[in-house]
Amino acid sequence: MALKVLAVDDSKTMRDMVSFTLRSAGHDVIEASDGRDALSKLMGSGRVDLVITDVNMPNMDGLALVKEIRANPTHRLTPILVLTTEADGAKKEEGRAVGATGWIVKPFNPEKLLQVVQKVCP
Amino acid sequence: MSNNEFNLDQFKATYFEECAELLIDAETRLALLQQHPDAVDVEDLHAIFRVVHSVKGGAGAFSFDQLVGFAHIYETLLDKMRQGTIAITEDLITLLLAANDILTRLIQAAQDGVTLTDSNLLDITNQLKSFAEDGSHKQQEKPAPPSSQEPPQQEEQPAPARKSHYTIRFSPKPQLFQHANEPLLLVREMKQLGELSTTVNTENLPNIRKIEPDIAYFSWIFELVTDRSLADVEEVFEFVTDDCELEITVATPEPASAGLASSDEPPHTQGSTDAPEVPATSPVPEGKAAPLSPPPENIPGPLQPAGAPPTAAKVSSIRVDLDRVDRLVNMVGELVITQAMLKQQVDNLPPEFAQYMSKGFEDLGMHTREIQESVMAVRMQPVKSVFSRIPRLVRELATKLNKQVELVTLGEHTEVDKTVIEQLADPLIHMIRNSLDHGIEENAEARVAVGKPSKATVTLSAEHRSGRIHIIVTDDGRGINRERVRSKAIEKGVISPDSALSDEEIDDLIFSPGFSTADEVTDVSGRGVGMDVVRRNITNLGGRIAVQSIPGQGTKFVMSLPLTLAVLDGMIVSVGREKFVISLTSIIESLRPAIKDLHHLSNGATVVAIRGEYVRLVKLHKLFKITDAEKDPSKALVVIAEIEGGRRVGILVDELLGQQQVVIKSLEENYDPVEGISAATILGNGKVALILDVDGLNTMAKAEINELIQEKQNDYHPISEALPPPLIGTHSIEEQREAEIAECN
Repeated sequence: MALKVLAVDDSKTMRDMVSFTLRSAGHDVIEASDGRDALSKLMGSGRVDLVITDVNMPNMDGLALVKEIRANPTHRLTPILVLTTEADGAKKEEGRAVGATGWIVKPFNPEKLLQVVQKVCP
Repeated sequence: MSNNEFNLDQFKATYFEECAELLIDAETRLALLQQHPDAVDVEDLHAIFRVVHSVKGGAGAFSFDQLVGFAHIYETLLDKMRQGTIAITEDLITLLLAANDILTRLIQAAQDGVTLTDSNLLDITNQLKSFAEDGSHKQQEKPAPPSSQEPPQQEEQPAPARKSHYTIRFSPKPQLFQHANEPLLLVREMKQLGELSTTVNTENLPNIRKIEPDIAYFSWIFELVTDRSLADVEEVFEFVTDDCELEITVATPEPASAGLASSDEPPHTQGSTDAPEVPATSPVPEGKAAPLSPPPENIPGPLQPAGAPPTAAKVSSIRVDLDRVDRLVNMVGELVITQAMLKQQVDNLPPEFAQYMSKGFEDLGMHTREIQESVMAVRMQPVKSVFSRIPRLVRELATKLNKQVELVTLGEHTEVDKTVIEQLADPLIHMIRNSLDHGIEENAEARVAVGKPSKATVTLSAEHRSGRIHIIVTDDGRGINRERVRSKAIEKGVISPDSALSDEEIDDLIFSPGFSTADEVTDVSGRGVGMDVVRRNITNLGGRIAVQSIPGQGTKFVMSLPLTLAVLDGMIVSVGREKFVISLTSIIESLRPAIKDLHHLSNGATVVAIRGEYVRLVKLHKLFKITDAEKDPSKALVVIAEIEGGRRVGILVDELLGQQQVVIKSLEENYDPVEGISAATILGNGKVALILDVDGLNTMAKAEINELIQEKQNDYHPISEALPPPLIGTHSIEEQREAEIAECN
């Protein structure tokens, strides 16, 4: 099923890679460059099936974004994947603690990304 | 999954471009830190951390392992700094600057596809590590750079030949749904691994009135028969391990006894789907259901608002490939040419037709110009990207030279074409080096002795002036030592011992090839590149550089560059049948000289006296061998243009045809460089016209005169290239010299 995915990353490279992968798999992608941008895009775009967000970003970081989404009555049950380079779990834990659904460890390959998306989206 | 067309290379350009921007940002922030090491804004540390983090993230994706490794170590230190576990000292900031350099080099290396091996890299890496270790007394996790880690589950996968039977007891905690995890999806994923049967325990389901839709009440037991490893099975639950009680047991031989109820969907529906051979029986262990307490206070609160939003205004911008902009610029250039061409044709129409069209053409002309300006504006960038490199350069040089220097930067938001910016850095760095090394006094005592503050000031400023950008480097040092410059120039054969030079001309000698006043070559300025190279580079850009100096008070370098290298406001002039373009910015005035103001010198040169000053004439018809041109200066026009160092030259032309914005077509790219010509353009009539390089013409004219003189006599002393000083009476110095030369003959 085609999903509507909000991809949040301050790095254009990463955003491009995530979007490209998802779009190649037939999904719709909305891009945002930081947490604040993501929130406004989220509010403006009705249903979103999945949020994929980086953690370290200016203005509003990924963890704050997760909290905001979880506190939002419309979007609080949206699956959220956190992109993290930390393989040691510290960021995963923090992500979990604030309500992230799962995580993707950077660097990822396209298959892995889609596999994880599959994991959390119906 | 259609990833066949997924090619990482397509993202590399974006990545390196992004890295360049990120590095500038980091550089700027580091400069701030270094200026105020005592009052560090943690936001800067966050920003630098993010830079390194982003660099690392992308590098990981492209498997730039060396870059990832270094970025990781750098990032670890920054992370500790921003968390306040490491005190910020000047040494540390110096190290960060060095680390940033390494990072820059590693990015370049990644781009070039090479690996760096120098000791500096190793040294800085070790320093970063030891700072990170000494500074934090906390845990020391992340010892190794996670260069290209996949989740470890995938690696050690033994691929068992025999099918294993897994019993998975899965009891979600109430908050499972609130993290948007869904047991159904876990079931789906497990089914992909092998044969699955499911038992659901619903005994914790409360009265229907009390059911909260996003609290998990059920628990499950899954029986999975698969040839996949335990790690694969565990990976299914990767995201929910914290939100559930999970117990996985393996029986490698044949399926253990266990009566199974298989259920596909979470709710009550019982029925066998995947394990038909085993009949559904008991609902199994009650014990596991115990932790299922659904009290509302257990729900983790996603309720607190997110971190205080900073107030920074959001700049909305997009990134566009430079090629596209260039193409646009080119097309607009063609548009301008077409417009000029049409205009010319309309002008040739009989007046009764032309008047219908003239209003339309005025509008068209205006819009074309607006489009052109807008497109040019797209290419404009603030000089900040170059200026931001300077503070640390000054700091490092000052330390190396043991001088106290303060840098003042002005006008860093002045915008200039991107191509100009790119070429600006090297000359600028050289000028700054020169100022610090040669301009500023050896030590603070020498400054104090002459009544100056012990700390020297170097000012770097940018400003727009008459369609050009001026970059000015000023120091308050000792000024140019003219005696020394002069003797050095004589020693090096740049000038002859008896040449009479004005102060400005002596100062200008520092731009002469092969000239360096530093008695010994220092590792600061003496890099084998002299100010002559700086001047040449700037001249190649269509720019000029001049120096002004007051002994004992300081030196000022003024670099003047065109704002863009794509279009030019030009004056079209005719010489015989040929048309040339002279850059409007270099033109001071044009005049028809009276016969009495013209002086023909015996060396073949002609000068014209203008308001008490002699200006050398450049005869285009002679230089370019145009036969049908007006050769009598008193019947032709003289365009007075400014050349290097603020001097003037008069260009002899037949007629001025009007001014026009012309699109610059590089001769180097389309033909070959030609002396005296800086570029070409296409005129309204579709003909090519050459854009004159005024400085080049002046050099050509001088060379021609020298040849003439050489022919006349062999042992003459070269005439100073200077134009004569203000007129005294009716005889100029040059005329007197002419007389002398005549006597010699």
